Amino acid sequence: MPGLVIEREVLIEAPADVVWRTITEPEHMSQWFADRVDLVVEPGAHGYMQFGDQGGPVVVETVDRPRRFSFRWNYPAGEEPVTGNSMLVEFTLTPEGDERTRLRVTEGGHELRDWPDEEKQRYADEHREGWAEYLDRLANVLAVAGRDDHAAR
Amino acid sequence: MTTPPDDELWSAIADPSRRRVLDLVVSNGDVSASWLAGRVPFSRQAVAKHLVVLERAGLVSRRKQGREVLYKVQADRLDQATRAMAELAAQWDRRLAAIKRLAEAAHAKNKTRRQS
Repeated sequence: MPGLVIEREVLIEAPADVVWRTITEPEHMSQWFADRVDLVVEPGAHGYMQFGDQGGPVVVETVDRPRRFSFRWNYPAGEEPVTGNSMLVEFTLTPEGDERTRLRVTEGGHELRDWPDEEKQRYADEHREGWAEYLDRLANVLAVAGRDDHAAR
Repeated sequence: MTTPPDDELWSAIADPSRRRVLDLVVSNGDVSASWLAGRVPFSRQAVAKHLVVLERAGLVSRRKQGREVLYKVQADRLDQATRAMAELAAQWDRRLAAIKRLAEAAHAKNKTRRQS
């Protein structure tokens, strides 16, 4: 979705339900995400994620198995996370055949859901030039540099 | 956590409307608030507010020319913001790669179990 801060995706050779379990079950989450995950995957559930000696609360927002899972984090202590004071992480799973799933993740401060479609489109069009493109280029450069680092080792 | 080092910078760029204003300043250079207001779907007051936040975060600077106030981007700060976002993107790439590895391994295991 245009306008969100970060959008990345990956194609996985596994059915959507397997991918769903990998991203939502705490014992799996602790393998790709936080070191320790206390989370019940239900809308509105409050949980906690531990990263090394740091950690923070999370609140589950959407649970639509096996299509969409989202949570909010990075909000001020003592506050409830809402649009504007927190980051929304959203996973979208799209099956491509029986044994392949496209997994997209977005992380952003605001959603554009309330914007009219033509507005989103205009925003996306304008973003092809300017800063967003600059960011994409830089991200590519960093990705290539990262690969080279890896190859050099 | 994924909190980038600089909260003020982050909240300045996390808002899509504000990024739109910033994009216009980036691609057009010395521009006034009223010029910007003519190119976005929100009010002049909203543009002015976004410019205040961007200026406070150090992303744009202002100067007076005659009766106009003109804004331009602060390249160093923009670079810093871009790097913070690129780092966040790279972090998600690493996580997605790990999810892919785990899900594919689980799927392969399920298949073997079904066959045996």
